Amino acid sequence: MSFSYQLVADTVSPLDGATVTAPFVLKIEGDIISYIPKENANTDYQKYLEWVAEGNTPDPAE
Amino acid sequence: MSTIKVNKIENTATADGGIAIDASGHVTVDGQQLPTAGQLSNRNKIINGAMRIDQRNGGAALSVNSGTDFFAVDRFTSVGTASAGVFSVQRSSTAPDGFSNSLVATVTTTDSALAAADQYYISQLIEGNNIADLDWGTSSAETVTLSFYVRSSVTGTFGGAFRNSATNRAYPFTYSITTADTWEKKSITVSGDTSGTWLTTNGVGIHITWGLGFGSNWTGSSGAWSSNNYKGATGTTNLMATNGATFYITGVQLEVGGAATSFEHRSYGDELTRCQRYYQNIYPRYMAGQFLVTNEVACQFVPFYVLMRSTPTATYSGMSIKENNGSFATTSLTGNAQLTENGLNVVLTRTGAAASDSFVGFITSANMNAEL
Repeated sequence: MSFSYQLVADTVSPLDGATVTAPFVLKIEGDIISYIPKENANTDYQKYLEWVAEGNTPDPAE
Repeated sequence: MSTIKVNKIENTATADGGIAIDASGHVTVDGQQLPTAGQLSNRNKIINGAMRIDQRNGGAALSVNSGTDFFAVDRFTSVGTASAGVFSVQRSSTAPDGFSNSLVATVTTTDSALAAADQYYISQLIEGNNIADLDWGTSSAETVTLSFYVRSSVTGTFGGAFRNSATNRAYPFTYSITTADTWEKKSITVSGDTSGTWLTTNGVGIHITWGLGFGSNWTGSSGAWSSNNYKGATGTTNLMATNGATFYITGVQLEVGGAATSFEHRSYGDELTRCQRYYQNIYPRYMAGQFLVTNEVACQFVPFYVLMRSTPTATYSGMSIKENNGSFATTSLTGNAQLTENGLNVVLTRTGAAASDSFVGFITSANMNAEL
């Protein structure tokens, strides 16, 4: 199945108004959405970084 | 102090059973090997070695047709080659005495002329935290023994390998399957690697592979440590050459010492909990609360069943939300959601929601994946 990666928009914390950097990127395969944490120990994030290193670009945040 | 030198102690009336001591001093009692090193319990470093836990598929078959990891049972991944041969994998009820399940691979598209980069294998990656006692990469490296039950429709020499996380240390091994469609127990003893780097963190400690077919890029001489990225041994059987060929494996155990002891059967709950460190499904789940901010709702923290190896990838389906008397509508996590190895702090959006509105959220399925 083909897939795409998409960035997630930063948000504003409802608690203190600070900007919150989205802690994950999205992997979209049809109607299945995976939230991949930006953590180096996560193998899906490792694959995402390899995919980017190969010259690919994720879709922008909505 | 005196020493009794004897090879066997048995009842005077029978030659059945007793205590036997081999030349290395290893002891069997009534034919059962006792541990030659390490502790008596929690010996097995393999998780789900009896292939009972299958959280993802419930026993359904997967078609392995690419280099992606396919988990037909928990903790055991199967890997293939894109646009080449294909094999299916699934949990099977065909098993040797004392076991209820195995993992079976069946060739569905042959690859009789393996290209150098072709690879077909079953494997388990053992977390570094669980091999710290082996002292691999030091002069004190422990000897280990890998044992398993195997059955195949194809006879011959099969193989696999031990590797480290950096894939620059490998120990290819071989074993023979002598009779078709018959369970055989195999045992491979490996002198621990005194070189290289073997992680003792939450990363990959040891990667063990069982080959179904390897191109020349992936194989090396068996029975010796190498600095190459070998996943199998040279001269081994290519199962992928035979359409419909089957390969069953179960009772996988890796333990400290120079001899294989009987398989350490753990309770189902114990094994499931161990598996959930790497994968768990927290579905279905309702959540209720009140909108805190217009167009946004902060929901309660959803703890995981066990602490996961690392922050998992969260894959959801059927995530929806219902506001006041409205109907359920599809929604998604916002960038404010927090995901850790402990659990998930859900933050959902609902356009048009007022800060005082109440809501009910529902997730049909939520898979958490922290596999190595």
